[in-house]
Amino acid sequence: MELKTPLYDAHVKAGGKMVPFAGYILPVQYKAGVIKEHMAVRQEAGLFDVSHMGEILCEGEKALENLQHLLTNDFTNMVDGQARYSPMCNEHGGTVDDLIVYKKADNHYFIVVNAANKDKDFQWMLDHQLPGATFTDVSDQYAQLALQGPKAMEILRRLAPEDKIPTKYYHAVFDGEVGGIPCIISKTGYTGEDGVELYAPADQAEKLWDLLLETGRDDGLIPCGLGARDTLRMEAAMPLYGHEMNDDVTPLETGLNFAVKMKKDDFIGKSAMEEAGAPKIKRVGLKVTGRGIIREDQTVYAEDASAPDGRKEIGHTTSGTHCPFLGEPVGMALIDKEYAEVGTKLIVDVRGRMVEVEIVPLPFYTRAK
Amino acid sequence: MELKAELKYTKSHEWIAKDGDVATIGLTDYAQSELGDLVFVNLPEEGDEVTVGEAFGDVESVKAASDVYSPVTGTVSAVNEELLDAPESINEAPYDAWFIKVTDISEEEELLSAEEYEKFVEESEE
Repeated sequence: MELKTPLYDAHVKAGGKMVPFAGYILPVQYKAGVIKEHMAVRQEAGLFDVSHMGEILCEGEKALENLQHLLTNDFTNMVDGQARYSPMCNEHGGTVDDLIVYKKADNHYFIVVNAANKDKDFQWMLDHQLPGATFTDVSDQYAQLALQGPKAMEILRRLAPEDKIPTKYYHAVFDGEVGGIPCIISKTGYTGEDGVELYAPADQAEKLWDLLLETGRDDGLIPCGLGARDTLRMEAAMPLYGHEMNDDVTPLETGLNFAVKMKKDDFIGKSAMEEAGAPKIKRVGLKVTGRGIIREDQTVYAEDASAPDGRKEIGHTTSGTHCPFLGEPVGMALIDKEYAEVGTKLIVDVRGRMVEVEIVPLPFYTRAK
Repeated sequence: MELKAELKYTKSHEWIAKDGDVATIGLTDYAQSELGDLVFVNLPEEGDEVTVGEAFGDVESVKAASDVYSPVTGTVSAVNEELLDAPESINEAPYDAWFIKVTDISEEEELLSAEEYEKFVEESEE
């Protein structure tokens, strides 16, 4: 049976179309629909319930050593309040999950993981940890709301004291408050827009949700569901676990080199990635030049006169949809590196129809700064 | 859910209007609302054969693809090509946004009245 987030009743009241997702029942969209919700985030602001995400504390004198050992990024040079994205790898270099580590203070770290991987990640950490630190799953204590869009910060400023609002991307204020409700205010997001993610006590989530929607109503703030969350992250070309990443794909293949510090002392997965050498597959962006919409897990072909039917299988799509702001269908794929140059024309098998695509640079969308 | 008393319906959520020996086929209001914002339509061509219970085209919303089934066997005599450039018109006016017209009908599945279709949808929602 699916779990309800603390905001379940609020979603139903707002006309949310509730669907099962990662063990939770969440709104895929509200009355406005995916396209309007997507556009609200690009042009005004949107509010998402992402309470299904998991939160894990890593604490103790050896907390930093544990993070250095378990994760691929380097956490040694962080200031209090800073956030850092990282994959977590298995011994083969495959990706267990991707997550965000916040440094609350020395020896105190707050880790945010994907909903679908919460239990797997926590168990992985317990099974592979070094002595001198404790890991605690605190997911049930927190609701998480994402306020995203060009007007998000303006709306937040009406409810939160200025000195408690983080000013830099990937920084958080741990003792923040919004409308009197204690919150971790983090300048992060999964939409490609400006905005914050708020971690609030689960029992005050509905109050915070209502307050934000009320405060932002005249600015065009509307509630947004999982559908828009996915189309927004697609346009921004942010990888999603289970699509661009999984237990068999290394973060180097996904193109997350910035978060894999091969010069760091040993970490789980490092030697496997060293032995494998330069990745043979690459994540690319695809733009549909024919007619159709590409979706995940479709075969990608390159034209090859020497192959029996004139084409050669070179990989598969990992995500794909119609992107409302771009107004066209795009997708991402993991393909043979030899064919991965921008401008290359390829073919995707869309349920039996061969649809022409072209490799384009990632991300598809970048916000004007 | 909007219904039109003069139309017939299928359990796969198409509507069908019979005028003499021509059947006009589209998607119901319930179907468009369940699918969400439609962004792509794939249709057969004039002269193509369609078969009862088999897909003759597909629609895609932002979220997913869905087949559209023919309630009759026959020949496609007209295709609403305006849908190709404006799939959103199916969301806006599902009973005006017809997909195809079929003639030479040799077989037809058992169709539902508006009342029966409404009951079918309500029961499947439970």
